[in-house]
Amino acid sequence: MLLQLHEPGETPGPHEAEGGLAVGIDLGTTNSVVAIARGGEVEVLRDGEGRGLVPSVVFYGEDGQVVVGDSARSQILEAPDHVVSSVKRLMGRGLEDVKALAGTLPYQVEPAAEGGMVRLKVAGRVLTPVEISADILRAVKARAEEALGKGVDKAVVTVPAYFDDAARTATKDAARLAGLDVLRLVNEPTAAALAYGLDNAAEGLYAVYDLGGGTFDVSLLRMEKGVFQVKATGGDAALGGDDIDHAIAEHFLAERAGVLGEQPITAGEAKQALMVGRIAKECLTRQPQGEWMIEVDGKPSRHRLDRAALDALAEPFIARTIAICRGVVEDAGIDVADIHGVVLVGGSTRMPLVRARVAEFFGRPPLADINPDEVVAVGAALQAEALTAGSDTLLLDVTPLSLGIETMGGIVEKVIPRNQPIPVAMAQEFTTYQDGQTAMAIHVVQGEREMVDQCRSLARFVLRGIPPMAAGAARIRVTFTVDADGLLTVAAQETTTGVEQQVAVKPSYGLSEEEMAQMLRDSLEHAREDMERRLLTESVVEARRATLAVKSALAADGDLLSEGERQAIDAAIEGVEQAIAASDRDGVDAAVEGLEAATKGFAEKRMDRGIRQALAGVSVERLGDALGDGPQGD
Amino acid sequence: MNASAAAASVVSCWSCKGPVAGRALFCSVCGAVQGPGAVDHFTRLGLAPGFDIDLGQLERQYFGFQRRLHPDRFAGKSPREKALSQQQATALNEAYETLKDPLKRAAYLLAHRGRPVDLTACGTINDPELLMEQMEKREAIAEAESLDDITRLSAEADAEVLACQCHISAAFNAGDLDAAGHLTLRLKYLAKLAEDARSRKARIARAR
Repeated sequence: MLLQLHEPGETPGPHEAEGGLAVGIDLGTTNSVVAIARGGEVEVLRDGEGRGLVPSVVFYGEDGQVVVGDSARSQILEAPDHVVSSVKRLMGRGLEDVKALAGTLPYQVEPAAEGGMVRLKVAGRVLTPVEISADILRAVKARAEEALGKGVDKAVVTVPAYFDDAARTATKDAARLAGLDVLRLVNEPTAAALAYGLDNAAEGLYAVYDLGGGTFDVSLLRMEKGVFQVKATGGDAALGGDDIDHAIAEHFLAERAGVLGEQPITAGEAKQALMVGRIAKECLTRQPQGEWMIEVDGKPSRHRLDRAALDALAEPFIARTIAICRGVVEDAGIDVADIHGVVLVGGSTRMPLVRARVAEFFGRPPLADINPDEVVAVGAALQAEALTAGSDTLLLDVTPLSLGIETMGGIVEKVIPRNQPIPVAMAQEFTTYQDGQTAMAIHVVQGEREMVDQCRSLARFVLRGIPPMAAGAARIRVTFTVDADGLLTVAAQETTTGVEQQVAVKPSYGLSEEEMAQMLRDSLEHAREDMERRLLTESVVEARRATLAVKSALAADGDLLSEGERQAIDAAIEGVEQAIAASDRDGVDAAVEGLEAATKGFAEKRMDRGIRQALAGVSVERLGDALGDGPQGD
Repeated sequence: MNASAAAASVVSCWSCKGPVAGRALFCSVCGAVQGPGAVDHFTRLGLAPGFDIDLGQLERQYFGFQRRLHPDRFAGKSPREKALSQQQATALNEAYETLKDPLKRAAYLLAHRGRPVDLTACGTINDPELLMEQMEKREAIAEAESLDDITRLSAEADAEVLACQCHISAAFNAGDLDAAGHLTLRLKYLAKLAEDARSRKARIARAR
């Protein structure tokens, strides 16, 4: 029998050969972009007219029709009630958050939704931001499939580094709804650094300043020979170019009221003012001044604006970004002078005022020789290729916000501080405060403030079954685990008795599993087959791992077996391979169990031999790729 | 190695069920990633235990191990392998974060040698001399108004941190764990002071 041998950990992903392609998607507030990397070469996938950007705008028709992109955007003025834009600002948000953003959102919020995820009223339908984002992702996926002429079912999706757990989970859920398997959530500035760094062979400490439509991030990274190590990150998930558009729109609407007299502002007026505001902002990047017109119901008004007036409107927002940059530099414990370069990302960094302020703070002109709209998707595509085809680059990211739990008096006890490299697991011990207390409510929060009500509530759960003890005697160990996607899992255990509870944090503002399952059923035409296919893929991955492991073991220790034993194992392997070929999940699972049973005696003989050799002084290093004196194979 | 230790150092690979060294990262037979196991932070990163470490080497070792064990390398693998790689990467991060910081490294080494110091007992300084010194310096930093003054104070604080680290190193090298423990507590306060001075300096610089 011929065996294929691979470096440990470098066995090719079993589902490379089958299924669809893996792409990188930048799901933006204003625009989304999709790209694919093949052999390290990245291609942004464009429509027939060469446009790489898909406006993150969705039109919902009365007849259930859904249109995404440029054609949806062109409907904003004609049918403002049917169009949703900037939905990213609502990802993982509750009604209270939305009230805080009141007025800056160009759509109607469903008033009935107290608690849980916010819902929007659009064209007579009630939709969550997750569903609307899924519609955008479906359109992006369709564009990729059209451009590539092949199915696409896996993606790296980027999120703002400063997105909290609720918003990350919402993004992952949206991708699932759109029929995409999320290989990894990658932070936008990190993706941009990957694209920029690989392209320019950058080395040293770099800052990525990412001002998008609705979010701001700044990350400090060390780049060195294929390693991208985030040192510190900061940002504001509700600060972006949208805010500047809005300030201009308000300015124009005030002028309009001065001319036409005070009247309630209609939805149409508000949307048109926002659109005109955005156009004015973009024009003033290239020209020093201009004049724009708002016309609703045959009532026109003219508005002049020059760059100085625009800068005055934008200044407070830019000042906030610079204050955040300062905080991140301090967090990293470095000097601004140590930073080798500043990479600009996001369409809003085209504004001359932004470039001037960034240059002033970092003491050097920013690097702008990249396309700020596409660089994030390019980085995501590179990471998608790295995850499916393998690569030598290493992305080491951090937690953007501290994670903690509520203690007595509403004070937050931090369990994982911000800027910790992920994946990370940390634990903290708590105790009961009443005699005989048998349950403990655990409230998980995220944020930097001391008090619970100033942090973001992520989840609540109750640890029950604590044996009655005197106050302070129980030992409740709460463990927080953040995975490489930045998603949190919390486990609580009473350590004297071992009572344990584990919760994947389904955020206070998220969708429940049932809601998600229902949406999947509703949204995917082939939901059941899709689910079944995914389960089959998982079973096949596991079955291949099991057969490869047994084949390797036979190659190493096959001499331990009699001919009859050997034949039984070969038959079991054959059974698994046949089941895989037949694509029958139950059959595959049963065959793998059969293989386990058939190799039980073999495994025992191998263990006996291993221990005998160890006793005889044969180096245990032979028995594995041990730590030795350093990492090998890189 | 005695017989029981030799036998105990061999465990069963979860994937091919054969023998594998307890400290192995990958099974030599089937190539499957193994769990992180319970080794100390120095061993995990392939470094000799001790206070004096080469930070460049620490980083190279950390990157080298992460390159092989990070979950990004296991995206197409079975759920079990993904979970094990996450545990490995988590353990590497914990080891790296502990060892790269002199204060955490000293505290870890003390605990490792059976002489734990309690760095969480915040605010309480039992050593009256240290207490007086800290109060005076804190006051000076809080009262500094000019950039020149605070720059000098900040440089002094940084120098004291470095000097204290040298003393800790000497104490560990001399095997004097009592002194190392004392100095580690002292380093905690000096590091805090240096941090306060830095942020005060940044604030004064900004206000100009």
